[in-house]
Order: sequence, then structure tokens, then C-alpha cells
Amino acid sequence: MTRINRRRFLQLSGTAVAATALPSATLWSGRAFAAEPVKLGLLHSLTGTIAIAEAALVDAEKLAIDEINAAGGVMGRPIQPIVEDGASDWPTFAEKTRKLLQRDQVAAIVGCYTSASRKAVLPILNQHHGLLYYPTYYEGQEQDSQVIYTSQEATQSVIAAIQWMATQQGKTFFLVGSDYIYPRTCNKIARPTIARVGGTVVGEEYAPLGNTEFSSIINKIKAAKPDWIYSTVVGGSNVAFYKQLKAAGLDGQQQKLLSTVVSENEIDGIGRENAVGYYACMGYFQSLQNPRNAAFVKALKAKYGQNRVVGDPMECAYNSVYFWKKAAEKAQSFDVDKVIAASSGLPLDAPEGQIHINATNHHVAKRVRVGRARADGQFDIVYESGLIEPNPFPKL
Amino acid sequence: MTTDIFAMQLFNGLSSFTILLLMALGLAIVFGLMGVINMAHGELMALGAYMTYLTARFFELYLPGLMGIYLFVAIIVAFCSTFAFGYLLERLFIRHFYDRPLDTLLATWGLSLILQQAYRSIFGAQEVSSPLTSWLSGAWDPVPGIQLPLNRIFIIGLTALVSLAVWAILYRTRWGLRARAVTQNRKMSSAVGIDIHRVDALTFALGSGLAGIAGAVFTMIGSTNPGTGQLYIVDSFIVVVFGGISSLLGTAASGFVIAQSQTTLEYLMSGSMAKVSIMLLLIVVLYFRPNGLFVSKVRTS
Repeated sequence: MTRINRRRFLQLSGTAVAATALPSATLWSGRAFAAEPVKLGLLHSLTGTIAIAEAALVDAEKLAIDEINAAGGVMGRPIQPIVEDGASDWPTFAEKTRKLLQRDQVAAIVGCYTSASRKAVLPILNQHHGLLYYPTYYEGQEQDSQVIYTSQEATQSVIAAIQWMATQQGKTFFLVGSDYIYPRTCNKIARPTIARVGGTVVGEEYAPLGNTEFSSIINKIKAAKPDWIYSTVVGGSNVAFYKQLKAAGLDGQQQKLLSTVVSENEIDGIGRENAVGYYACMGYFQSLQNPRNAAFVKALKAKYGQNRVVGDPMECAYNSVYFWKKAAEKAQSFDVDKVIAASSGLPLDAPEGQIHINATNHHVAKRVRVGRARADGQFDIVYESGLIEPNPFPKL
Repeated sequence: MTTDIFAMQLFNGLSSFTILLLMALGLAIVFGLMGVINMAHGELMALGAYMTYLTARFFELYLPGLMGIYLFVAIIVAFCSTFAFGYLLERLFIRHFYDRPLDTLLATWGLSLILQQAYRSIFGAQEVSSPLTSWLSGAWDPVPGIQLPLNRIFIIGLTALVSLAVWAILYRTRWGLRARAVTQNRKMSSAVGIDIHRVDALTFALGSGLAGIAGAVFTMIGSTNPGTGQLYIVDSFIVVVFGGISSLLGTAASGFVIAQSQTTLEYLMSGSMAKVSIMLLLIVVLYFRPNGLFVSKVRTS
């Protein structure tokens, strides 16, 4: 017999509440400031499937906030971060955005990782006239008036990557991705680009999100014998994919593979020995040699431990906070419209080098780099482009 | 499809059969024999995987010379810790929910959320990686052109060993006899002097321990993160239900059918379509055989 009396119900629901309440604790170590703090929302998945990739972004954003506060804040006002957990659930992202804008009245939000979460947030942003800094590489095809996109769009990742791959020997490509919007859009962009550089696509395969069995796809790759694998496999699946490639004899020495999603953060989970020799195309690598990056990496390790690594999305998250600070100071206001107007053409001395926000399209002009994974989990940078102006709606 | 690829596909089918079987064995005991719907079973696998990671770190730091054999130690550590955890879990938690399947479902689901969050707090949200020992990486080439990954051969061997051990424990020991007696008729077993609470706890612990072994082994092919268990739990339930609950032979047979059709279909169409086809197949089979492929005769009241 299944009977739920009140005590039973309370016990059960208590368990459920305890489980859901744990992650959403808001952390802020306050400092004594005379001026009233200005609120900045940080909205990422701290729990759920995407937390693997997304949770580290909050760390980078907090580092930037700490640095800015230590240097006197924004126009004399300290930044107070309001951290919310999107929980890898798109309606939750929308709901938390509403909460941040309405109840907390944050000046801006840095947040989202997947395109799905960003799309869920857009209507709320427009309704409440909020401002979102989106710090993750994505497939492009979007330009919202309330969003500043601080990472790479497609022309700065897929197209640049394929053009570089074509300059290496061999022009047959095998496209592998996880089965959702980002990989499918990337491959839709990749196909005409490959045709334009005179290459051919010898296979295109998708694995369900979270899939850990790649043996059949690997056999198809073996049968097709491509010069290059272009991979947009994401998340935990990458671990399985790389490990199984290696076990099947297609390691980084035998097979050329380039991914536009595997950064230093993912490599630690994949296992450094499994990723050696494979390529990644990013805007930023931790191994970049310049004083700004050295200071950034040092500060991050001092705050989070010597073993922490930084990947491209973390750096873009870090930049986002600085972009917002500079725009507000330039506008001498936290008003959303004025900050957006001031963002046009705004330069930033970032760890990845001198970059700027495009004058009109809300995306960032940056250099594209290709790195080859080393045994220590870092990348040797084998190619660096000039500054590429963003173009979210490329002609294919 | 060339012969080489065909041979490798067959091998993949066999490999994924052993992986499914290893995944489902623990659940077949807990859910199949005991009737406990344990939604936290996947998290027990994750516990085994994290124990493997900890063992690997321990060997890296203190016994780097013995890294080659760490996996064997890790499998034992994973089994023992999940066995102990399962025992405590049954004594403190699960036993209060016997005969109330819906409550069990909710309570163990809550437990699975708590465990996931605990892993996240302890080990972080990022993936952790257990190194693959050198003698298990790489492939064996019986003839040129065919590469059979060594770690998969190892898993096939280990699964055979574990299945044999489970069979021996259940069908060739006094304790196994008691466990089967309790499964068939609790009251009668109790009446003839079997300590059913002890048997319950040990059976549940054994099922949990098997989940731990599975978790340890999967670090070789997959990833370890707080949500790892969620990836395996659905497949495990499908294998057990399709095979017919309370039949270990059914679990093995259903694992074989699902694995072979999955790998074959994956080669012929896309991965997502293969999954859809398998699900359709399951629905059709379960429509005509609601109790699964194999039905063992148990007294139902």
C-alpha cells in the first residue's frame, strides 16, 4: 500500500527541498565601501549537465570583480555580484533573468553558455530592457539589441578553422558532432566553406548528447580515412570520444582532428594523455605569451589554486566584466542604453591581446588561434590570424 | 562495408554487450530480485568511478612505480566502498520503504540528487580523469587492418568473470539459496528461520557493489562527472525490464540483443536514429510480452 501521511510527505519534500536548495546559495564576500554598490548579475548553470563546462565561468567573473573592486570599483562604486543558478534548465534561466532584472535591479548580467539558454533569456531581456554579456563561442546567426557577444561567432571559429586546415596537407573532412543546434549549425556553415577551399566532406555523424559509445562512428571514420576530423562533440561525450579514438589507434599522431569546443578546461577531464596532438581553434589559449595574460593566469591561480587551468570561455567571461566596466565609465552612467551606445568600438587590453567591440554588430573583433595539445594539457599555438571583425550573418 | 570493418563492428557489438551487462547486473539484483526501484543506482556507479579516480591519485602520489596495477586495486576499492555504502543505505534508508514502490522511487530519486550535489561539492563540477594504464591503452591487431582496443577486451574478460561470480554466489552457495528463497516467499523464508533482514541488506549491498565495479570499469571508456550516473541509469533499467525482471539470464539475453542491434543500426544510420529504433523495438516487444523476454516463475500475491 502506498500511503503518504503528513509526516511522510514532509520528510519526502524536505529531502527534495534540501537537494534543490543547496546550489543556489548566493556568495558575496563584502568589503567596506563608502559608496553604494552597483549590482552585477552572474547567471550560469552551477548544477545540472552543463555545469561541467559552465560553472568555471563564474570563477573568472568573480576574479574580474575582485580586481575591479580592489582598484576602486566602477566610478567609485564597488561591484556586488548576484550569483544565480540556471541549473542547465532553460525556463529556469528565463525566470532567474526576470528575478535579477526586476527584484535585484542589476545594472547588467554576465551569463548563459548554451545557445538554448540564451534564446530563453532574450524575450525577458527585451521586455525588461536588461543587458546581457554572453561569453561563449556560438554558431552566430543572431544580433540582439540587448546583448553583447564577447566570444567568437561562426566566422571566427568554424570558417577560420577550416580555412587553416585546408592550408595543411589533405582536404578530405569528416564532421562529427553532438546532436543539437550548435554542431548542426557549425557543420551547415562548414560544408560550403569546405567546398570553397576545394575540399570534400567524406562523412557527417552526430551522437546523442551525453553519448559515451563512439565505436560505430569511429569505424565509419576508419572506413572513410579522412585527412581531417572536424569535431563539435561537446561535454562529457568528448571524454569518451577521445579515449575511444586513442584506443582504436587514431591518436593525435595518427589522425588530425580539430575541435572548436575543446579548451584547456575540457582537456583536464578528457585526460591529458588522450588529447595530445589534437588541435583546437579558439580565440584564447592559456599558453599565450604576453604580460597581460601572465598577470591574469597568475591572479586566477592565486585565487583558485595552482592546478586551475583557464580556457577560452573563462577568459571571455573575465573580459565581459571589464567590457561592462569600461563602457559604464565611458558613458558615465549605468543606464543600459548609454552603456550599449558607449560599447560601440570600445577597445580592451585583454589577456588574448588588444580586442574591441565592433562598431555596429555587438560582437567582438578578435584574433583566431589554432593550438595543438601538449602532454601537459596546454596548447602550442601553431597559427594566429590577424584581427577578424565579427560577422554574425555570413554569406554561405 | 569491408570485412575488416565488419569484424570490428561485431567486436563492438560484443563489447557494448558486456558494458551493458556489467551496468545492468547490479540493478538486476536490486530491482529484479528484490523489487527495489533504486533511482540512485547510477550514483552508486559514479561513486565507484570516483573511488577509482581517488585510487589513481593515491598511486600517482605515493606508489608511482605500481601505476600499472592500480586498476585492479581500484576495482576492489570501488567494490568494497559501494558494498559498504549499499549495506548502510539499506539498513538506514531503503528498508523503511519496502512494499511501497512509489515512495521508494521518490526517496531514492531524492537520494540521487543529494549524491550528485555531494559529488559536485567534493570533486567539483568539472570532469575528472583516471589515467588509463599503459598496458591497456592501444589496440591488438590480430590481422593488419583490424584493431581491437585492449581496454574493451579487458572489459569483456572482467564481465565474464563477474557474471560467473554472481551466478556462483546465487546458485552455488548457502547464502545464495537463502537470497533466492527470500525473493520467492519472504514470509515462508522467515518462518523457516532465515534472517530475512540480513539477507535483504547483503543482497542490496551486493547489487550496489556490482554498480561500483561497473563505475570503476567505465572510467576506461567514458567520463566521470557528478552527472555520470544519469547516463547509465536509463540504459540499465531498459536492459533489466526488457530481459524480464527477476531473471538474470533474461538480463544477459536482453543486453545482447540491445547491444548488437544498437551497434549494427548505428553503423547503418545515425546514432540518434539507432536509439529511436531500439526504443521502438522495445515498445513492440514489451507490448506482446509485458513481462519481458524471460519470465521466471515466481509466486505473486
